[in-house]
Amino acid sequence: MDIQHIAKLANLLIDADQEKLFTLQLTAILAFVSKLQSVSTENVEPTAQVTGLVNVYRADVVDQSRILTQAQVLSNAKKTHNGYFVVPSVWT
Amino acid sequence: MDIKDLTIQKALEGYRKKQFSSVDVVTACLENVGRYNKEYNVLLTVRDEKDIIEEAKRVDSSLPLGGIPIVLKDLFTTDGVRTTAGSKVLDAYIPPYDATVVRKLKDAGAIIIGKANQDAWGHGSSGENSDFGSTKNPFDPSRVPGGSSSGSAVAVAMGMALAATGTDTGSSVRLPAAFCNLVGLKPTYGRVSRYGIIAMASSFDSVGHLTKTVYDNALICEITAGKDPFDGTSAEVPVPKYTGKLGKTLKGVTVGIPKEYFEMKGMDPRINDLTRKALDTMQGLGAQVIDISLPHTNVAMECYYILVPSEVSSNLARFDGVRFGNGRDEFGAESKRRMMIGTYALSSGYYDAYYKTASKVRTLIKKDFDDAFATVDVIVAPSSPTLPFRIGEKSNDPLAMYLSDIFVCPVNIAGIPALNVPCGFVDKLPVGIQLIGPQWSEEKLFSIGNAYELRTNNRH
Repeated sequence: MDIQHIAKLANLLIDADQEKLFTLQLTAILAFVSKLQSVSTENVEPTAQVTGLVNVYRADVVDQSRILTQAQVLSNAKKTHNGYFVVPSVWT
Repeated sequence: MDIKDLTIQKALEGYRKKQFSSVDVVTACLENVGRYNKEYNVLLTVRDEKDIIEEAKRVDSSLPLGGIPIVLKDLFTTDGVRTTAGSKVLDAYIPPYDATVVRKLKDAGAIIIGKANQDAWGHGSSGENSDFGSTKNPFDPSRVPGGSSSGSAVAVAMGMALAATGTDTGSSVRLPAAFCNLVGLKPTYGRVSRYGIIAMASSFDSVGHLTKTVYDNALICEITAGKDPFDGTSAEVPVPKYTGKLGKTLKGVTVGIPKEYFEMKGMDPRINDLTRKALDTMQGLGAQVIDISLPHTNVAMECYYILVPSEVSSNLARFDGVRFGNGRDEFGAESKRRMMIGTYALSSGYYDAYYKTASKVRTLIKKDFDDAFATVDVIVAPSSPTLPFRIGEKSNDPLAMYLSDIFVCPVNIAGIPALNVPCGFVDKLPVGIQLIGPQWSEEKLFSIGNAYELRTNNRH
C-alpha cells in the first residue's frame, strides 16, 4: 500500500513519523475488512440508502429565507478580498 | 434543588404548579457546570450565563419544552455559537445558521446551556478522540463515558442539563447512554432532519438524544422528528404523540434475542447475566421471548468500516481551510485514518472489491433484520460487550476500539431505530440494553422501554 499516494488522493499531509504508524495501522484495518471477500454476494443488489425515497424535489424558485448574505458566507474565511474567498495557489 | 434526579416531566409539572421556576432549574444546571465541567471536560462552549438566565425569565412556559435546559452535541450547527465538531479544524468556527433540530428545540422553548465535547467528527466510541481531551465517566472518572456523544451523556448524568442531543452513526448515542446510565435513542434513519448536522456518513447518520427517562426521551422525539424540506433524506412519515402511547405491560409482545450476539467472544459474562435478567423481567411483564438469528453479524463490523470511512472521506473533503476552519493538517490521527481508508476503498481498482462488496453485504445485513422482524416485534441485545473501559485502555489499538461497536453498528447499517435503556450495574458501573425495532417503530420501542423502566427503576 502506497500511503503517500492515498494521502495525496485524500488531500492530507502525512509526515515521515506518521507514515510508518499509519502504514501499520491501515494494513491491519484493511486485512480486517478484507474478510468481506468471503461473503457470497452473487446476485445481491448493493444498498446505497435505506429510506427507499426517490426523486425528492422542491420547486425551482428562490426562497429568500434560506439565503445567507455575502457577509455571513464570508464570516468564517481566513482570507477574503473585496467580497471574494482567497484561495491558495493550485500551481505546484 | 437536586437536579440530578429531576426529569423534564417533573420540571414541566413543577413550573406549572409554580413549585419552582425555569430560572431555578437553569441556575442549578449552571452551578453543576461550574462544579464539574473543568474536571470532567464536558462542554466545549458554555453560553453566556446572563443570556441563559434572561431566556429562562422570559420563556413561554406553555411551550412543550418551555424553560427546559438542554445541551447540544458540538456537531449541531448553532447560529452565532461556536461549533467545533470536537475538532481543532473548527476551533473558531461560528456558524451563520441553526440546524433544523436546533431551531425546533428553540421554538419549543428549550434553553441551550452549551455545546458538548465529543470524539472529533463523531470518529470514536469512547470520547477519547476529541481534539480537546477526553470527557470522563461520572461513575468513575478514570473510565470513558462512551462516544462519540460523550459530553452530551455526561452533561445529563451530572445535572448540567435535562436532556442532550447526539448523533448515532454506529454507536454514538447508545454507547454513551449505556456507559452513563441514561436512555438514548437512535431513531430510524430519516426520522429526524440532518440539516445543519455536520455530516459524518450521510447514509448512516441518525440524529438522536439522551435523557434520564423514557418519557423524557419520547417527548424530545415528538419535537425533533418529522419531514424537513431542507433534508431530502427525511421521510414523510407522520410523527405520533409518542408520550401518549407509553405502555405498562408487554402482553402480546414478542421479543427476539439474536443467538450470535450471546455467543460473542469477549463479552463480559456479567453483562450477559444482566441482559438475561432483563429478559426475565420482560417475560414477567407478559412478553414472549424467542431465539432469532442474524447470520451476517460476523461481518457487520467489516462492512461498517468500509462504508462509513468511504462516506467520511467524501464528507470531510469540504474542510479545505478556505471558506471556513483551519487547514487539513489540523485533523487528528483517527480522522486521518478514516479518510485514508475511505479514499482507498473508493479508489480506482479497489472500488469493486471494497466499497461495492460492502454495499452488497449491507443489503444482506438489512435483510437479516427484515427477516427477524417478520417473527418478532422487537430485538433485545446488550449495548456494549464490556463495561465502561479505562481511559487509554483501547486507544492504542484502533481495531480493538472498533470492536466495541459490535452490538450497535449493525443497527445503523440497516437504518433501523434502537433505544438504550439502563438495566443495572456491575461493580457500580452502568450497563444498558438495546431495544431494536423495524423502521418507524419508535412508538413501540418507547412503549416497551417505559414498561420495563416502570418495573425496574434503574436510576441508582
